Amino acid sequence: MDFELSREHKLLQKMMADFTEHEVKPIAAETDKTCQYPAENIAKLFDLGVMGICVPKEYGGVGADALASAICVEEISKQCASTGDIVATHNGLCCAPILEHGTDEQKAKYLPMLTTGRHVGAFALTEPNAGSDASKGQTEAKLEGDHYVMNGSKIFITNGYVADVFVVFAMTDKSKGTRGISAFIVEKSFPGFSVGKHEEKMGLHGSPTAEIVFQDCIVPKENLLGPEGKGFKIAMMTLDGGRIGIAAQSLGIAEGALAEAVNYTKGRVQFGKPISKFQNTQFTLADMHLGCEAGKLLTYRAAWKKDQGQRYTVDAAMAKLFCSEHAMKVTTKALQMFGGYGYTKDYPMERMMRDAKITEIYEGTSEVQRMVISGNMGL
Amino acid sequence: MKVIVCVKQVPDTSGKVAVNPDGTLNRASMETITNPDDMNAVEAALKLKDATGCKVIVVTMGPPPAEGMLRELLAMGADEGYLISGREFGGSDTYATSQIVAAGVNKIGVEKGDIVMCGRQAIDGDTAQVGPQIAEKLHLPQVTYAADIQVDGEDITVKRMLEDGYMTIKVKTPCLLTCIKELNQPRYMSVGGIFEAYSKPVTVLDYEALKDDPLIDATTIGLKGSPTNILVSFTPPQKGAGMMLEGADMGTCEKLAGILAGKHII
Repeated sequence: MDFELSREHKLLQKMMADFTEHEVKPIAAETDKTCQYPAENIAKLFDLGVMGICVPKEYGGVGADALASAICVEEISKQCASTGDIVATHNGLCCAPILEHGTDEQKAKYLPMLTTGRHVGAFALTEPNAGSDASKGQTEAKLEGDHYVMNGSKIFITNGYVADVFVVFAMTDKSKGTRGISAFIVEKSFPGFSVGKHEEKMGLHGSPTAEIVFQDCIVPKENLLGPEGKGFKIAMMTLDGGRIGIAAQSLGIAEGALAEAVNYTKGRVQFGKPISKFQNTQFTLADMHLGCEAGKLLTYRAAWKKDQGQRYTVDAAMAKLFCSEHAMKVTTKALQMFGGYGYTKDYPMERMMRDAKITEIYEGTSEVQRMVISGNMGL
Repeated sequence: MKVIVCVKQVPDTSGKVAVNPDGTLNRASMETITNPDDMNAVEAALKLKDATGCKVIVVTMGPPPAEGMLRELLAMGADEGYLISGREFGGSDTYATSQIVAAGVNKIGVEKGDIVMCGRQAIDGDTAQVGPQIAEKLHLPQVTYAADIQVDGEDITVKRMLEDGYMTIKVKTPCLLTCIKELNQPRYMSVGGIFEAYSKPVTVLDYEALKDDPLIDATTIGLKGSPTNILVSFTPPQKGAGMMLEGADMGTCEKLAGILAGKHII
């Protein structure tokens, strides 16, 4: 058993920490305040090979593994969970399903777009009446000659109004339930595609979330991703991998908040000494640190299992569940340590706390993760 | 054409600096970074590579862990690394170091069209002597304090930054340039570069590999061959750690008042 990162992963961690410190941290508060998509940093992340990191070299990527992808999202999210979210979605929810389920032609066309072509990717599954119960989607795609005609809408789509390429799930045969769901690669330039409402959210203000609408949208037949009727399976498999990304994002938020709390409590003097010298503070920080380490082990193990070709559904669910709930705990407790200052926008704690909340909800709520875990316990 | 960049691993000055009983730095116990000016030299070399496709070779003298630094530079885009390392070289001052590094550069070979680059000076010694001394040992023309470098065939136009102005000098290759931070902004390692870094060649040049070079003489290398003698080395008594509070708001004022009250100053 070896708990050491490889020398390449260590270098990657160092580079991403450096990038985050010098490029992400300085604009994180402003990104949140102005709800501005961090376009310049996303462009730099394309340059560095972080966007589409797992895409093989032949398609313009660098062919790194899931662990490398998780490390990138973790490091970025220590300072800006919005940027971490954009990266996690692009890599885990758009590049990954095309890479894993696409035909050679689809991979040759879309993966270079999503790497060297600098096109941002998105994943569209959720609908107003189909959240945790993803099987109840109403968006339909009907085959008419050499193309599908897609009608319906999707909500809460991360990267929604900046993405160029979407992996979309639609019913091709409503009578078959989940077996009637198919996956498609949809470009924003396709006729009948439009972006609807931009969501105003509690947190992740730099991550562009929107509704997308299909009105007689023409999707070429060759853009069917995987076999017809296998969309639900593709969605679930994609979310398994995506959850490693959200685990990494949550872990990053928790680690970032912990670092802020350690730094602040060492400098904040009350009752004649730094508050870090009070046992209550120390024990709370110890618990926060403990959870971060446990979450890191769960996240890295899930990524490692994926890289080894092992089943990792439960591992990803555990990592996502633990890290997201820990991120919420850490940011809440850290904000408390900051006292009134923590509640103001002069410090990053309130942003981190707002950003953390969504990690318990998207890509499968905590309740869904518990369903996945308990469903594999032979109960 | 190739660019040979001489780099040095230096203590990270944001960490704790440890000193051996003989007054030399205890490098093994310190966090290290690539010397900042050397990073500008590496970036200048990589920009030339981007423009011309030339080969970039990074060279350092140091203990075996210095290979880690070379791997980082390979991950930025350098093609090959040389680690000059041997007990015989330990404790060298700038004179001895430039002898050894020059011998290492000789081993790699400097040809017409080639450029040797160094950082202006290292943040640990701040002498700015090694680059110019390497140029002298190699009989290369040198231009120091490069703030801009333009290459046109064998001609290189260098804008030097001096205290009271700029000086533009044209020099022919092969030559040696020392680089300053105003020259460029060093790039990050790329993900692709990181995953290739450990498959790129790093050659270790020990005493055996360099001993036949006329520059290598037991009397001119290492601690014994170093004319510089450290009489005493000490860490100055620490002043109290400073604390910066920023802001013109009531909260910052209250925080400052709280700190001062906590120290019974007010």
